Amino acid sequence: MNSLILSAATRILVALMLVFSVYMLLRGHNEPGGGFIGGLLATIGIVLYAIAHGSAAARKALRLDPLTIAMGGLGIALLAGVLAVLFGDPFFSGQWSFPFAEGGDKGFPISTVLLFDIGVYLVVVGAVLAIVLGLEEEV
Amino acid sequence: MDDSDPRVESGDAQKVTAKVKSESSIGIGWIAALPPLLLALVFATGLPAIADGETLRFVYEWVPSAGINLTFLVDGLSLTFALLIAGIGAVVALFSSVTLAGHVHYWRFVFYLLFFMFAMLGLVLADNLITLFVFWELTSVASYLLIGFNHSTAKARRSALQALLVTGGGGLALLAGFILLGSAAGTYELSEIMTMGDAIRDHALYLPIFFLILAGAFTKSAQVPFHFWLPNAMAAPTPVSAYLHSATMVKGGIYLLARVHPALSGTEIWLWTLTLFGAVTAVFASVLALRQTDLKLALAYTTLMALGTLTMFLGSGATIAIAAAVTFLIVHSFYKAALFLIVGIIDYRTGTRETAELGGLAKAMPLTAAAAAAAALSMAGFPPFLGFIGKELKYEGALAVASEPLFVATAAVLANALMVAIAGVVALKPFYGRRLETPKSPHEAPLFMWIGPLGLAVLGLVFGLMPGLISASLVQPAVTAIAGQPEEVKLALWHGLNLPLLLSVVTFVLGIAFYLGHQKLRGFLVRVEQRLPATADQMWDRFLDGLKVLAAWQTRILQGGILRRYLFVVFATTALAGVVTLYVTDAARWPDALPDFSIKHLLVVGLIAGGAIMTVFAGSRLAAICALGVVGMGVALIFVIFGAPDVAITQLLVETLVVILVAVVMLRLPSLERDPMKGARIFDAILALVVGGVVTVILLSVLDTPLDRTVTAYFEEKSMPEAFGRNIVNVILVDFRALDTFGEIAVVVVAALGAYVLIKGTKKAKQQ
Repeated sequence: MNSLILSAATRILVALMLVFSVYMLLRGHNEPGGGFIGGLLATIGIVLYAIAHGSAAARKALRLDPLTIAMGGLGIALLAGVLAVLFGDPFFSGQWSFPFAEGGDKGFPISTVLLFDIGVYLVVVGAVLAIVLGLEEEV
Repeated sequence: MDDSDPRVESGDAQKVTAKVKSESSIGIGWIAALPPLLLALVFATGLPAIADGETLRFVYEWVPSAGINLTFLVDGLSLTFALLIAGIGAVVALFSSVTLAGHVHYWRFVFYLLFFMFAMLGLVLADNLITLFVFWELTSVASYLLIGFNHSTAKARRSALQALLVTGGGGLALLAGFILLGSAAGTYELSEIMTMGDAIRDHALYLPIFFLILAGAFTKSAQVPFHFWLPNAMAAPTPVSAYLHSATMVKGGIYLLARVHPALSGTEIWLWTLTLFGAVTAVFASVLALRQTDLKLALAYTTLMALGTLTMFLGSGATIAIAAAVTFLIVHSFYKAALFLIVGIIDYRTGTRETAELGGLAKAMPLTAAAAAAAALSMAGFPPFLGFIGKELKYEGALAVASEPLFVATAAVLANALMVAIAGVVALKPFYGRRLETPKSPHEAPLFMWIGPLGLAVLGLVFGLMPGLISASLVQPAVTAIAGQPEEVKLALWHGLNLPLLLSVVTFVLGIAFYLGHQKLRGFLVRVEQRLPATADQMWDRFLDGLKVLAAWQTRILQGGILRRYLFVVFATTALAGVVTLYVTDAARWPDALPDFSIKHLLVVGLIAGGAIMTVFAGSRLAAICALGVVGMGVALIFVIFGAPDVAITQLLVETLVVILVAVVMLRLPSLERDPMKGARIFDAILALVVGGVVTVILLSVLDTPLDRTVTAYFEEKSMPEAFGRNIVNVILVDFRALDTFGEIAVVVVAALGAYVLIKGTKKAKQQ
């Protein structure tokens, strides 16, 4: 689409949406958000970019094929489940670690649950983009 | 696929080069025989303990919450099988290191073979029903890969698929049977189930359990009418046939019948079903064996005969019949594996397996001829071979069978007499008599090829002369395991002058007569076969064709490729299911008290209803989409009002995406004014109203039921202390129900792949 306003606004908007999507992903465990919502937000951001600059530019910005991203996400989510088995728990039991935890403060929690949510995020981004970009190119 | 497939030619070329190479170098392929050999030695160390009547059990927890564990049991029965599997595995691996040396895919073959051995050992050692089932299926998969090893030929592919479908179908029945058995017994551990035979036989589910397990055993062990896949499986390389389709895998079904014998046997139905099917299979197969001209196929049918005989004897509960089954099992594994490998040698050295083209090979291949003679004598049941003991026991067992001793004994004598004739056809005819011209001029096979069959054949003689070597250490513990109580068995070469001995003499006379007249008999069988309307194999093809026609028909109806029809089917099904359920369960209620509505609620409802009406009556697609967006936003507002922010956000984002998607494809859609289906809209309207009405009634009825907050309370309570998260929705998604979410995202990926292919496919089709 040849619109100066759209392409100028997109530059800022897309960056904001991507940062916000990561924010939504990370805060999901305690506040509204999570991998699915974050993934949808990021997807819409990239689709906006594709509308403004064309899907070829969007693909270039992604660097990876959307389906590769989706597969990678599925692999990461699976890894989160397998890690639990490696730690001796049933498949997909959440594994947590709390470095820098002091007293009631939980420090900086790291978990396979977050890893799983990142997988969900990537699956949503990759799968939806594969369809939308594919459709755009076909039209 | 037909034979004009170009890959077939390249495959044949491949085989030729492989054979040329193998003459020059054997290489290090023989190391494939080491793992089975080591395993056989390990199992042999368990012999003294088992002979003392002990059983060994190993437990590894797998899914303890469901009672599914990796438990392994070593008793007489499983040890007998394990020794046969590992021992014959070593012989077969050594043999194929010569015949398949230099084959492009030799190491792939070794992998398949060892994979199969691993699965088979798991099957016979498993003490948990589910563990047993998993290994059972693994053997089917391994068999598929091995039968289809020469996958460049259409025949191998078809045979592999047929074997997989038949045994896989039986496997499904088996799983159902195991689950029923597990629920009837209250445990999945076989060693516990074996001790509660009376309770299971009196259980209401006994009949379904019996038939389902039988379906698994009969398909695996190729009993009539599931026999047809086994001769076809001879498309596999000969060592594979020797291993899987005579000595081990097809005996999986027999093993299963023996294993569940203490729990399920002893009823009238068990007795009659096994005896009848076994006897019919045994006689039918031995007659058909005589009809074959290909040595390998003849052996395949004699294997069927052996499987039928084993089934027949397991039908009985008499100790002597079980002892006959166990002894014959061991005898058969020895001589049949040996004979298959000998046929492999003949094929390898002469280039043919047709009886008519073979004769007088003994001079050129003395060692092979000696092995063949020993194995065939054991097969025919001549003294002093182990086969003689096995046959005497069979006759004694047959006479002890409670149901119809005369019938069983007649079947056994007839089948054995035919065995004598086949032994002559396979081992006498090719090696003695007039020397015939063969495609290749034969000479003795290399060491690694003849050592195995000769060793097996000699064992048949040694155990025949000294039956004490196996009677206390293997046969008696195995009989004890099958009977479910301590049994005393003694094998001896000389049983005195009795009825079985007389039957043996009758067998030999009949057998020799069959051998002398086998050409005429074969001609007669060929004529009978031509009169038959269809063989089981052809009926299988017709069955598959019918299945394909059915699949194509229902796909055309349900998946016609018209979006409107898909939606119609989905919504009509929903409406029908809703109406029927409401009617049958009489669940439609009008709630006593409707919740209070505030002005906020009414506004949102108005928004949704207005949007829906606008969508239906909009004049253009753009307007319709915008109106639909209003509905979506209204629904999102409802989520916000009732405190589900996650769902609201998701709903809003999805609405946005839908708008984008529609905007992308908008230009390609036909104009609404020229809609060819406009006349059908009245039906759409009726369907829409029905679906809306049903959903409304259901929701109103739900209001009448008090809300059960158990699940909610559980998650509210556990979310923070166990999963360290305050957002319950997300904690459920990524932690409590992570496996479900994983399934869902896998579906998302698959859907994207499907859509991607469709989009790209359309593009390509348009370019052409």
